[in-house]
Amino acid sequence: MKYELQPTLPPPANMIGVIGWLRKNLFNGPVNSIATIVVGYFLISFLVPTIQWIFIDADWVGDSRDACTSGGACWVFIANRLDQFLYGFYPEAEHWRVQIAFIILIGSIIWLVLPKTPKKGIVAALLLVAYPVVAFILLYGNSFGLPQVETHLWGGLTLTLVLAVVGIVASLPLGIVLALGRQSEMPIVRSVCVTFIEIWRGVPLITVLFMASVMLPLFFPEGMSFDKLLRALIGITLFQSAYMAEVIRGGLQAIPKGQYEAADALGLGYWQKMILIIMPQALKLMIPGIVNTFIALFKDTSLVLIIGLFDVLAIGQAANQDPKWIGYSTESYLFVALLFWVFCFSMSRYSQHLEKALNTGHGNRA
Amino acid sequence: MSSDMSSSGHKPDGSAKEKAPPVSQPKFWNDPKKRSLLFQVLLLSVLGFVFYTIIDNTLTNLEQRGITTGFDFLTREAGFGIAMSLIDYTEASSYGMTFIVGLLNTILIAVMGIIAATILGFILGVARLSDNWLVAKFSALYIEIFRNIPLLLQIFFWYYAVLRTLPQPRQSIEFLGSFINNRGFIFPAPVPEEGFGLVTVGFFAAIAASWLIARWAKKRQELTGQQFPVALTTIGLVIGVPLVLFLFSGMPLGLDHPELKGFNFKGGITVIPELIALWLALSIYTAAFIAETVRAGILAVSHGQTEAATALGMSKAKTLRLIVIPQALRVVIPPLTSQYLNLTKNSSLATAIGYPDLVNVFAGTTLNQTGQAIEVISMTMAVYLALSLMTSFFMNWYNARIQLSER
Amino acid sequence: MSHSQATDKMMVELRNLNKWYGEFHVLKNINLEVKQGEKIVICGPSGSGKSTMIRCINHLEEHQKGDIIVNDIPLNEDIKNIEAIRKEVGMVFQHFNLFPHLTVLENCVLAPIWVKKMPRKEAEAQAMELLERVKIPDQALKYPGQLSGGQQQRVAIARSLCMNPDVMLFDEPTSALDPEMIKEVLDVMIELATEGMTMLCVTHEMGFAKTVADRVIFMDGGQIVEENEPHEFFNNPQHERTQLFLSQILQH
Ligand SMILES: Nc1ncnc2c1ncn2[C@@H]1O[C@H](COP(=O)(O)OP(=O)(O)OP(=O)(O)O)[C@@H](O)[C@H]1O
Ligand SMILES: [Mg+2]
Repeated sequence: MKYELQPTLPPPANMIGVIGWLRKNLFNGPVNSIATIVVGYFLISFLVPTIQWIFIDADWVGDSRDACTSGGACWVFIANRLDQFLYGFYPEAEHWRVQIAFIILIGSIIWLVLPKTPKKGIVAALLLVAYPVVAFILLYGNSFGLPQVETHLWGGLTLTLVLAVVGIVASLPLGIVLALGRQSEMPIVRSVCVTFIEIWRGVPLITVLFMASVMLPLFFPEGMSFDKLLRALIGITLFQSAYMAEVIRGGLQAIPKGQYEAADALGLGYWQKMILIIMPQALKLMIPGIVNTFIALFKDTSLVLIIGLFDVLAIGQAANQDPKWIGYSTESYLFVALLFWVFCFSMSRYSQHLEKALNTGHGNRA
Repeated sequence: MSSDMSSSGHKPDGSAKEKAPPVSQPKFWNDPKKRSLLFQVLLLSVLGFVFYTIIDNTLTNLEQRGITTGFDFLTREAGFGIAMSLIDYTEASSYGMTFIVGLLNTILIAVMGIIAATILGFILGVARLSDNWLVAKFSALYIEIFRNIPLLLQIFFWYYAVLRTLPQPRQSIEFLGSFINNRGFIFPAPVPEEGFGLVTVGFFAAIAASWLIARWAKKRQELTGQQFPVALTTIGLVIGVPLVLFLFSGMPLGLDHPELKGFNFKGGITVIPELIALWLALSIYTAAFIAETVRAGILAVSHGQTEAATALGMSKAKTLRLIVIPQALRVVIPPLTSQYLNLTKNSSLATAIGYPDLVNVFAGTTLNQTGQAIEVISMTMAVYLALSLMTSFFMNWYNARIQLSER
Repeated sequence: MSHSQATDKMMVELRNLNKWYGEFHVLKNINLEVKQGEKIVICGPSGSGKSTMIRCINHLEEHQKGDIIVNDIPLNEDIKNIEAIRKEVGMVFQHFNLFPHLTVLENCVLAPIWVKKMPRKEAEAQAMELLERVKIPDQALKYPGQLSGGQQQRVAIARSLCMNPDVMLFDEPTSALDPEMIKEVLDVMIELATEGMTMLCVTHEMGFAKTVADRVIFMDGGQIVEENEPHEFFNNPQHERTQLFLSQILQH
């Protein structure tokens, strides 16, 4: 038998190109075609006017509501109050202090997130230990010749970031202690930790904030008064540390028993074993979980408006009540939503990326 | 002595090595049992001291403010009204009643939210995996937008930017005898008339019959292999029987139509805007999380399972119903339960727009009026804590059952 | 056969050792004496308690009754004694248990630096020497995940040797390895044996037992059923249970 070499042919035209793509992804079968049309119609009839309202018909410049005449969104409102959205009632002459604190924060986070930068460990340690002190001195002042800025003037995005960053940084060590305690072989230590964790995880943050604002002052002797911000921070930290403890416990449990045994067999003590062997491996596994709890905390900081702090959402709420700007609440909600969304979305993408890297990498490389 | 270590790695005699002398009785602090006992006793005393100080300070502080501790205040007259109540409540009711009213309102919004979020979340989760590009992308867009915006902001948006900007009662949007305005959603109330009891009886009878049919069908399948369309029959019976009875007994259901009297509506059922806003926001927000859970559950069922089922000759629908969904549900139910718990806890944000839930009524107004901070907040926290514990017991039970059947 | 290097010094002593997991009696009255320089091979069916026994020696498992004495140090509830014993006893695991976040070299110097307080330079020099002896000095800066199983196990042996132990415990060191890698690990172990290390090996490598062991111990049901020098053990097993076990294992 003789056979002829068959030529390689391109696939039929209805499998490739734009038509092929449409056919495969949008119109394969009657049900799918109907779904495409329904969703498509909905999207167009909703998105087109929305985009029109947000961008095309919107008013961008001006200094009073008189500038908003075209019937679209009135971004003049936001532009006029931008400083408040960002800094709350922080004195304008001192805004540079917030800006420096923010730049240091963003700079070190970028350093940590970029894949090839050296000395990540040191930067992370500085961020966790030294940065809070520096940021506090910058924001609060009253030393190094910086005028004092009372915390009740802090507000807007600044306050939101302060709440979230302090919440996460302070809850990390507490969470580690709780997680180790929960795994302890000492029954009393274990039950104390379990009780603590389950209580905070069982109640809504708002009741914790209520507790921090009305019950906390009762716990301390007369005359010892707490700043409102500090009270909120205590509540948030306690609440957050319980969630953090569970993330850390998950990381610890993912480390194989053999690692503990090998460390024991080499004669390492408990703390040496934890710090040198277990934590470095577990921490890597925990980062996605920590980022996820951070996202949750970041969104939850908005609850502080209920106890009278002016985070970025509260600033928006207050701006909406301004008689000079009545009727533009949608704009302010959209703006605040955008701020939150940008932060949360990028963090969740980062955490997904880390998770993927952990799953696909062979897990053994440092 | 350590210099010779590097020379040979180990040495047979080991004589140059320092050795802990044989000890018969360990020092107190070197005995792990005594050490841990000491540590625990210490921890307990520190905790005891902290609690003692806190309680002592609190009692002193309360005394100075002239607040008597205890739960006596629960029987005192509350003297304030509540915008919405599922049971009879007047200003003359007790503070204890405000707790019940708030609790019931919390349960109401939680149940409503759970139902809506589940339906929406399952649809979105399945849509996320659709092979229709547009549908999948739309679902992804929804999920990424709504789960990354604070819930409180979404509640505010629905309440202040949407519902509060609706027209006054006089300019209500009207359809099918119902009205929508800035006071809420008002629709006719069904009023059962004589003979409606029969419809109710029919409904329950249909459920019982369906159950019997399902049992019979199962038995017959085991004996003869013949299938019976149980699902269709059940739907037909449960809807059909009451409907037929309803029509034949002369439609014994009246409607109490709302009417505009003065500045507001009388009659009908009014759903207050706070409830609607909270319900919309909670459902939309939680649905995004449920969708992710559902998607993960479906993805967790390996592709091999579907292929095996197809190779056995099962149809796409049968594969989904008999192979994919049962396995996916196992993965989905634990995170789903915790989403339900989250939704319930999140419903406490009600207080920000004044929906009279437990936190708003009890930890808000009642607390402010009585000053009984400790009692009120503990009771409120205890409610949520009890819910969480119940959920986690359920989850442990469920996981144990799953593990049992997997062996 | 092997010429014994055993001295008179007692290195490991188990007296009436008993251990329970809850209700389950895993180790029943174990008596074993190992002299310095002696090499013991322990075999027996799965679940017979071999791992449990040797893990008791460095207190990875706690025993309930009986005495364990290692190099004159009694293993009791004194933390100081447990620490001292662990310094003198090296252990090699079935699944290597290398620390994946540390390089091979860092794995080796970790314990000398932190437990023995050895200067880093010295620890590294010693580690390099030992890595050379297990024939992988060129892998020192790699991570464990980048090595083959046989290489990993040799690193694990080097890591234990870095603590300069008096006794080495091996728990099925080759049973997680592919056949071609078993030899490279066994070669290292044989070399170690000829240098006079005291060794307790749980293994089913009968060739290894024949060339190296001073004594072979057969365990079943948590007991030592038979104990003999290798030639006698393999050619003339006394106990019925041993005969059955050997016939099964030598078939392959
Ligand atoms: N942590 C534990 N809890 C309860 N029982 C255990 C535990 N570890 C081991 N056992 C049981 O103790 C017995 C002895 O286990 P061991 O691991 O010592 O056996 P082995 O002889 O090493 O077996 P193999 O050859 O399979 O490694 C087994 O029956 C095992 O099921
Ligand atoms: Mg074993």
